[in-house]
Amino acid sequence: MKIHEYQGKELFRQAGVPVLEGIVATTPEEAVAAYEKLGGAIAVVKSQIHAGGRGKGTVLDNPDQRGVVVCKSASEVQDAAAGLLGKTLVTIQTGPEGKTVNQVFVEAGCDIARELYLGIVLDRASSRPVLMASTEGGVEIEKVAEETPELIFKEHFDPAIGLEGFQVRKLCKKLGISGAAAKAAARFMPAICRFFVDYDCSLTEINPLVITGDEQMIALDAKVTFDGNALFRHKSLLELRDLSEEEPSEVRASESGLSYVKLEGNIGCLVNGAGLAMSTMDIIKYHGGQPANFLDVGGGANAAQVTEAFRILLSDPNCKGVLVNIFGGIARCTTIAAALIEASQTVGFTVPLVVRLEGTEVEEGRKMLADSDVDIISATDINDAAKKIVAAVG
Amino acid sequence: MSILVDGNTKVICQGITGNAGTFHSLGCKEYGTQMVGGVTPGKGGQDVEGIPVFDTVEEAVDQTGADATMIFVPPPFTADAILEAVDAGIKVIAAITEGVPVLDMVRVYEKVRASGSVLIGPNCPGLITPGGCKIGIMPGYIHNPGKVGVMSRSGTLTYEAVWQTSNLGLGQSTCVGLGGDPIVGTSFIDLLARYQEDPQTEAILMIGEIGGSAEEEAAAFAKANVTKPVAAFIAGRTAPPGKRMGHAGAIISGGKGTAEEKVAALEDAGIVVAPTPADMGDAVVKAMGKQ
Repeated sequence: MKIHEYQGKELFRQAGVPVLEGIVATTPEEAVAAYEKLGGAIAVVKSQIHAGGRGKGTVLDNPDQRGVVVCKSASEVQDAAAGLLGKTLVTIQTGPEGKTVNQVFVEAGCDIARELYLGIVLDRASSRPVLMASTEGGVEIEKVAEETPELIFKEHFDPAIGLEGFQVRKLCKKLGISGAAAKAAARFMPAICRFFVDYDCSLTEINPLVITGDEQMIALDAKVTFDGNALFRHKSLLELRDLSEEEPSEVRASESGLSYVKLEGNIGCLVNGAGLAMSTMDIIKYHGGQPANFLDVGGGANAAQVTEAFRILLSDPNCKGVLVNIFGGIARCTTIAAALIEASQTVGFTVPLVVRLEGTEVEEGRKMLADSDVDIISATDINDAAKKIVAAVG
Repeated sequence: MSILVDGNTKVICQGITGNAGTFHSLGCKEYGTQMVGGVTPGKGGQDVEGIPVFDTVEEAVDQTGADATMIFVPPPFTADAILEAVDAGIKVIAAITEGVPVLDMVRVYEKVRASGSVLIGPNCPGLITPGGCKIGIMPGYIHNPGKVGVMSRSGTLTYEAVWQTSNLGLGQSTCVGLGGDPIVGTSFIDLLARYQEDPQTEAILMIGEIGGSAEEEAAAFAKANVTKPVAAFIAGRTAPPGKRMGHAGAIISGGKGTAEEKVAALEDAGIVVAPTPADMGDAVVKAMGKQ
C-alpha cells in the first residue's frame, strides 16, 4: 500500500525523523492560507500523487507547469496551486496517461547545502533489509544505479537490532559527511531504519535527503510503501489509503479476494494461480494475441468469486473474448464449471469464451459444461486454448 | 530414492482443525502419506477423523515421532509456527500459508538456516514424492513415480508441468513448490544440490518467474555443479514492469528481474528453456536427449 508524501512525513515526524513544516491543501485558497501560516518568505508547492519524478514532471497540455514549484509570494503559491489542482501530472513513473492531482503540500523552504539519496528496501538475495545511500541526491536513482553504481553505498541490517553505530560511520565516511552533520546522521539513519521495521515497509525512500546550511539532516521527500500482508498489525494505516490513486477495477477485485491487474489488450483471462495466470498471458502473446488483464482467482475460488471475476472482465470495454484456464488443485473443476454456468445466467456472455479445464474433478466439470446451454469453445490444453481464443477475437 | 521426503516420512499438520488444515490432512492421508498427528493450541486430546491433535509440536513429536510438518495456520501466526517446528527438531517444514509479512520471514529465515531443518515456502503448494509422500495441496493423481525432479516458484503452473511430464511417461522423483514470496526458506540452488545427489532423479525441471534473481543464481550454480540435464521455464515474459503479478515476489522493479535476463542466464548455463508453458515436458525430453 502506497501513501502520499505529506502522510509519510507526518509518520516520519512521529518517528523522530526530521522533516520541514508543511500543510496539505485541496484548493488554491487553502494553499495561500497555508503559505501565510508557515510564515516564511519561501515555500514549496508540491503535487501529491502516488508516483515519483514530480519535480521534473509536467501537467498534461501545459508543459510549463512543473509538479513541484518553489514560490516566493502568496500570489506565486496561488498560481502554482491553481496550475496543479485538478490537473493531470505526467512524470517518468506515471506513464503517459498521468495522474490527477487532488492535493498539494505547501512546505516551508530551507537552506540546502547538499542533496543526498537514501532508500531502504528488502534485499532478496541476502534476505535482509538494506539501507542504500548515495551522494547523487535529487536525481533518478535508477540512472545512478545504471551509470555510476559505485556511488551507491549499502548497509544491510538485522530488523531486530537496527542500524549499528559503526554502519552510520562507514556511510558518513563514504558520503563525505563530518562534524555536526555526522552527528545528525547518527540520529537520522537509525531512526529511519527503525521506521522501516516498525511499520513493516516494503520501501522507504527519501530523495532528496538534504543537509542544510546549519548542518542538519532533513527528509525533503518521503516515499513510503507498506507490506500489504502486514497491515493487520497497523490498522491505523488503513485510513491513509487513497482509493482515488488506484485502478477502480483492481480495487473491486481485491475486495472479492481476487488478484487482478488491468492491461491494455483485448483477451480477458481467468486463471487459478499466479504462475499459471502469468504463463497464460505469455502463451496468448506467443500466438499473436494481447491479454487484457492478469487475473488469479486463487486456490479456493468459489462461485461468487468467479462470477465477480467475469463481471470485472466483461466490464472492460476492450475485452473481445475470454480465456478460462483452470488447473484444479484445491479449486475443483466442478466448482468452476458451476460458477461458469451461473455467471452465464447472471452476467451473460457477450463475447467468445474458450474454456480449458484440467485437474481435480475434471471429467465431472467438463460434463456439466457440455450438458449446460452455455456457449463455450472447449480446449484440450493450454496451447490449444491460447490458439482458439486468439482466433476467436480475430 | 527421492529428496527430502519418502514413504517413511511421518507428517503432522499445524493448524489441523481449521478448514484447509482438515481438508488437506485428510487428502494427504488418502494419498498414502503417514499423517501421524496435528497441532492446534488448546485442542490437544481431540482428533480429526482418527488423526490425534496435540497442543504443541514438541508433544506431537514426542508421541508420534513426526519428522515433517505442513503449516496451515493464519498469516499472523505462521512465523511462530515455523519457529515452533524448528524448536521441536522437525526436519522438513512446509509452510503453505499465503500472506505472511515479509519482515516476519526475515526474522525466521536466519534461524531456520542455522538449524538442521529445511523450510519449504511460505505461500507454496508443498512437496510430493509420488507414490510415497504428499505434503501439501497439490492434486495427487497427476503425479507418477519417475525420473524428473520438478521445482517451482508457482503452484498451479507446477501442476501443468507435472501433468506434461506424466503424459510423456517420464514421471517425477520429488516435486517441490518453493513459494511465491520474496523470501522463502529453500532456494533453487538448495534443491539442485539435492537432485544432483539423488540417484532416482535423472533430469531436473526448474520453473521460475519474473522478479528477484533466484533463477540467475541457480543458472550459475547449475553450470558449475550439476551434471544432470536441466530444463526450465520462466513465467511472466509479457508482464509489464512495476506491476505485481499476484505473487508478492513476481514484480519487475528498477529494470531488474525481467524474463529476458533470466532466460539468457539459463541458456548460457546450457539449460533448455521452454518457449511456452505448453513446452515444459518437451524441454525436459530435449535436455535429456542432449546428453
